[in-house]
Amino acid sequence: MDSSIAPRLQLTGITKRFPGVLANDSVSFAVLPGEIHALLGENGAGKSTLVKMIYGIMQPDAGEIRWNGQALTIGNPKAARKLGIGMVFQHFSLFEAMTVLENIALGMDAKIHARDLEARIREVMEQYGLKLDPHRTVSTLSVGERQRIEIVRALLLNPKLLIMDEPTSVLTPQEVEQLFVVLRQLASEGCSILYISHKLHEIKALCDTATILRGGKLVDTCDPKVETSRSMAEKMIGAGLKEITKPASRSLGPEKLVVSRLSIPGAGPFGIALKDINFTVRGGEIFGVAGVAGNGQNALLLALSGEVLSGDAEAISIDGAPVGQLQAKSRRLKGLASVPEERNGHAAVPEFSLADNTILTARDRLGMVSAGLIKAGAAKTYAGEVITAFAVKALGPGAMAGSLSGGNLQKYIMGREILQKPAVLVVSQPTWGVDAGAAAAIHQAIVDLAAAGSAVVVISQDLDELLSLCDTLAVINEGRLSRPIEVAGADIEEIGLLMGGIHGEAPTTPTAELELADAH
Amino acid sequence: MRIKLEKRQEPSKLMQVVTPIASVLLTMLVGVVVFDLLGIDGQRAVIDIFLTPLLASYKWQDVAVKAAPLIIIALGLSIGNRANVWNIGAEGQYIIGALCAAGVGIAAGTAGGPIIMVTMILAGMVGGSAWASVPAALRTRFGVNEILSSLMLTYVALQVLSYLVGGPWKDPNGRNFPATAPLQPDQTLPILFSGTTVHLGVAIAVVLPFVFWLLMSRSVFGYQIRVVGSAPNAARHGGFDGNQTVWLAMLIGGGMAGLAGALEFAGSLKAINLGFPSGYGFTAIIVSFLGRLHPIGCLIAGIVLAVTYVGGQVAQTTVHIPNATAGIFQAMMLFFILASDIFVRYRVRFIPSAKAVVQPAPGE
Repeated sequence: MDSSIAPRLQLTGITKRFPGVLANDSVSFAVLPGEIHALLGENGAGKSTLVKMIYGIMQPDAGEIRWNGQALTIGNPKAARKLGIGMVFQHFSLFEAMTVLENIALGMDAKIHARDLEARIREVMEQYGLKLDPHRTVSTLSVGERQRIEIVRALLLNPKLLIMDEPTSVLTPQEVEQLFVVLRQLASEGCSILYISHKLHEIKALCDTATILRGGKLVDTCDPKVETSRSMAEKMIGAGLKEITKPASRSLGPEKLVVSRLSIPGAGPFGIALKDINFTVRGGEIFGVAGVAGNGQNALLLALSGEVLSGDAEAISIDGAPVGQLQAKSRRLKGLASVPEERNGHAAVPEFSLADNTILTARDRLGMVSAGLIKAGAAKTYAGEVITAFAVKALGPGAMAGSLSGGNLQKYIMGREILQKPAVLVVSQPTWGVDAGAAAAIHQAIVDLAAAGSAVVVISQDLDELLSLCDTLAVINEGRLSRPIEVAGADIEEIGLLMGGIHGEAPTTPTAELELADAH
Repeated sequence: MRIKLEKRQEPSKLMQVVTPIASVLLTMLVGVVVFDLLGIDGQRAVIDIFLTPLLASYKWQDVAVKAAPLIIIALGLSIGNRANVWNIGAEGQYIIGALCAAGVGIAAGTAGGPIIMVTMILAGMVGGSAWASVPAALRTRFGVNEILSSLMLTYVALQVLSYLVGGPWKDPNGRNFPATAPLQPDQTLPILFSGTTVHLGVAIAVVLPFVFWLLMSRSVFGYQIRVVGSAPNAARHGGFDGNQTVWLAMLIGGGMAGLAGALEFAGSLKAINLGFPSGYGFTAIIVSFLGRLHPIGCLIAGIVLAVTYVGGQVAQTTVHIPNATAGIFQAMMLFFILASDIFVRYRVRFIPSAKAVVQPAPGE
């Protein structure tokens, strides 16, 4: 059935239109059998739309899909799986309270007896060196282990083409290496892999071919081993990359943010507790908090911003004043600004205008309220300032926050906090889901704020981001923060080990058992 | 052809206005069909219920007096509904408010005048708020769902009412009916137009929506309510306390219901008997949603619902349908307004099934 001449998958002139946007504009490329093919592009370049059409979630408006040389229509994901197309999504669809086996069984098209399924799962895991106990409950698994469930689920179907959507965004460097071993083995057995990412060094390390999309159009299909990271990035963005300019020599100021013995119980059954967190950030310093998703980053942001209070006033101090028991509103008046990870619904109200969104966090510091009444004019003026200063693409202060693209809204939110000239800024995932142009602007704004003497804490899963941005970083794992590491002399292996587990164990060891022990 | 719901980029302002009007029209249309099927002249019934009270000028005062409590209660409930605080017990708060006003009246004896009137009104508001503070405390302290606790307290309020009017507060000069003694003439609210029943409460019901409008659109309090309802996490990020919001929403909702009860007692009924609870507290929930939780919308919707009350009585005599029919129409209105809510956030698209058809150019 497999023809060694015909490409496994060939797309010709694929076009998909949404109201107001052309998501894919006549995209054509081919994936050969056994090829690891990268699909590279910024957020919004049309990668997701394209793979959704390959996986049958959407139908193209025009163009042709050929599978092993045959033109066909892929009506739905079930049809795609039947052809041998598997997909591992960026966001997993797993039930936390169920076991690995139950989760896999639920996702199967064909009914297989649990015992047979378990045998098949063990066989597949054995074959690819994937370690996972089928009877573990998903809630006790790390993100990397959860991803393995999705991979096993896809491999059970003996795929001829495996689509991986941003698979490494939540993994430690060691877990990434293990994933690559599996993918290379799969490819050597003839399975084609369509690997979606915007991490250039990974693509250089893994992929045979790279197709680059920009604004829905195919820019180039190239060999990533020949290209440099920079040349691919420029194709992806379409303009010369702007480097972050850090001031050459900086002297750090006095201690601005001191966190001492901060402990907060976890919220809900799956919430991560913060355990005895200590760190100090000085004026002009950018302090990074690295770690794999779900290790207490969110709890740390909420504790620092004042949305969750610690019982101990001394646990957090700003400029020497204890604020541990102050609410978010009072901490803001003391000079602490924060930007949570989730833009829509946490950092901003999507249904409110940009002007109304300034009132959310700037009303007291910038005097937008008098006698209980809002000064609409002041809010509008400030929103306009933020839009101009941060080059936010929006119709104006009256535009709904929810109508902005992710990158533009993030720039707006960062601008809203930074223009308040905070003494301390805490940001979580500042460039998550943001295109490279906006990410560079946000990074520059963080560097500039620190250069002006503020203390900045950046919580991020993107280690590259932290290494390029921060002076110091620490790793959060299971709600515990490691000792601070100077970025200048940092050992990436050590950071990777810390991310996988604070005791330096190999990341495959389930650290979740610690959590279980604590829960009892 | 496929029909597809597509999320709008922004909620449609047009639909926010169109859907309540369409709900009323649909209610009338369905009413005609249903009554015709039941063998009753549906057209006549709908005309009598929805139009006669508006066309016959002698019915206007009835509409105004009935609309006043509906509007006032709905204003308070809208604040809660916007903040996702669901006070279903306005009926109980309304009863307690009226009882508190009656208590002041009884305590005042023969004394009357503006001071007594103002005291009665304030007592009504405090009483309604106090009744609503129980579900607020239960919710903020123990996480008890306020829908259940506020609703159940309505039945407690009914028991309190029947105990008081049948016992300690029973009119000593009455014929042993369970009712309080009627208010003195100088204890009742002034009549605005002589020869009518339109009392001061109606004027309050006309002015208050504008006060609430200002409050909701301009004040930090209104902002807080809107943020908590729209994005609770963002509210917390902005430093707005969730529990404080629950308290404010419940106290205002209860206070307004209590105010309505006091005005109804001191303006219209002048005595409280077992028939005092009229379901205004429940109907106001419909008013609140039909008015799209907007103060001016509540003013208009309150009049519409009052029309159905008055029209229900008209239809009782003309087409001989029970008074409860008005309730069916009110329920249909709520049903349609809630169902049509989806058009505010989504638009319907008809997608031709033929594959060859080119999608329309991006627009809108």
